[in-house]
Amino acid sequence: MKKIPDIKENDVTPEAVYKQRRQLLAGMGFGLAGASLPLSGHAGVFDGLFGKDETASTQAPRKPLEYKQDKSRHGLSLTPENKVLSHNNFYEFGTAKTDPQQNAQGLKLEPWTVEVGGEVNKPGTVDVSELLQSATLVERIYRMRCVEAWSMVIPWVGIELGAFLKQFEPTSKAKYVAFQTLYDPEQMPGQRSRFVGGGINYPYVEGLRIDEAMHPLSLLAVGLYGKTLAPQNGAPLRLVVPWKYGFKGIKSIVKISLVEKQPPATWNLLAPQEYGFYANVNPAVDHPRWSQASERIIDNSSVFEAKRKATLPFNGYADQVAELYSGMDLKKYY
Amino acid sequence: MPKRLFFLLHILVHVIPAFFIFLLYQAAINGKLGGEPVEAIIHFLGIGALRLLLLTLVISPLARLRGFGPLNRLRRPLGLWCFTWAALHFIAWLWLDLALDWALIGGELVKRTYIVVGFLCLIILFALALTSLPALMRRLGKKWKRLHAWIYPASLLACLHFWWSLKSGWIEPAIYLALFCFLLALRKKKLANALPW
Ligand code: HEM
Repeated sequence: MKKIPDIKENDVTPEAVYKQRRQLLAGMGFGLAGASLPLSGHAGVFDGLFGKDETASTQAPRKPLEYKQDKSRHGLSLTPENKVLSHNNFYEFGTAKTDPQQNAQGLKLEPWTVEVGGEVNKPGTVDVSELLQSATLVERIYRMRCVEAWSMVIPWVGIELGAFLKQFEPTSKAKYVAFQTLYDPEQMPGQRSRFVGGGINYPYVEGLRIDEAMHPLSLLAVGLYGKTLAPQNGAPLRLVVPWKYGFKGIKSIVKISLVEKQPPATWNLLAPQEYGFYANVNPAVDHPRWSQASERIIDNSSVFEAKRKATLPFNGYADQVAELYSGMDLKKYY
Repeated sequence: MPKRLFFLLHILVHVIPAFFIFLLYQAAINGKLGGEPVEAIIHFLGIGALRLLLLTLVISPLARLRGFGPLNRLRRPLGLWCFTWAALHFIAWLWLDLALDWALIGGELVKRTYIVVGFLCLIILFALALTSLPALMRRLGKKWKRLHAWIYPASLLACLHFWWSLKSGWIEPAIYLALFCFLLALRKKKLANALPW
């Protein structure tokens, strides 16, 4: 494994200076057409250019976790922690990759409960802080392949989704599992404004088939890099399904329901011809607007040393999960 | 218009786009665009090219105001900066995103509608940039005007490319499209004569 650099301690430009500079530049006419307004989808770039740095002090604290280490690294080299923390898709906090880190730090994580119900014998609510202590947490080093054709390798900490669900005793009618993200426009600017939130209908919802959910690779993550999740990564509780595109990994979950019919999934609803319900990583089925045959690797190299590699069927987990889909036409059920 | 003002504007037309490229580079290498700035770079250059295109088209209506005729001379540098930004946007995609994988690049350039549209736009901007050399301008004479009317289809292609490049939402490209349409509407008469077809 390569050495993981620490987050750089950057000088922070005082807020006032930063604001003045922004106003100055806007005044010079470059903020034409309002696109450099704070509301803009491009605020992230402007913030970056004008010196709004993220330092440890402005980040929500993350608690160290106790967990069983993942010893089998499968020869994967980890994506540096600072990149995992600063390159996120979490449209509830804005559409630019750096928006979630900038806008999510105030997310109130305690108390946080998750309601589990539907086709189960023992519905209930789970307090995430208890989950952190009571459950036996495991580390899982997984490849993570975004539908946008970039990939990371992330050391998650969490519990197997299947083990979690079994506590609630799913009935024989439980054919699918439905997940829902927090809906709180006061905390999530993307839910307040369609412009910030990329025109998505919130709350974000996702779903899995029950056999997918019960598969030992499916993880309910509570942490990464040995500490609790950062808000931008979906704190306090998120889904990780390593053989599927990243958008299946719903963040900041408040509700899990076992259901009989295939539940709705946000991106699938928005653009069904581009994002399927299954969303298994598949180099043979392109996104209509880009190739899925290869992916840009996000590792510790600089932006000017871009590297790509061939994308693997089921993101490299085919020997473990392909049988879930035997007999299915994966071109049709993408 | 006062000579001094024109002089200042002329300098700004060069300094601002150059300065922003420098800022972008600094921000990228200092990790201010997050740990993974490729998308931010591509987006910033794309939006910048679009805004420069808009500015280029704002000039001639403004120059029609009494006394502001000299502004017309800013069209050429603005157009050239627009092409420069668009070219850098393209290069960033080739190099930083697709890692110069030429087989992949070739495929994407013909298969993806929004990339095809962006590429067409870039080719037009390239042709206009090449033929903006004064010697060529003179040589082309009347034809030059017709050729440079292609900036109008190019601006619509750029909006379309922007629109289709988005994963969700449409508000921002629609705003740009409306602004371009407004600028085109101001030239209704001229357009009717000059359209390339
Ligand atoms: C061959 C030529 C071009 C290629 C390959 C290209 C490629 C791209 C790519 C990959 C994106 C980002 C899509 C995403 O986020 O997934 C993009 C966005 C964009 N491009 Fe281009 N482009 C080209 C030409 C142009 C030209 C000529 C202009 C303008 C004059 C332009 C303006 C834009 C704009 C405004 C965006 C949206 C940026 C944003 O969402 O913030 N592009 N282009």
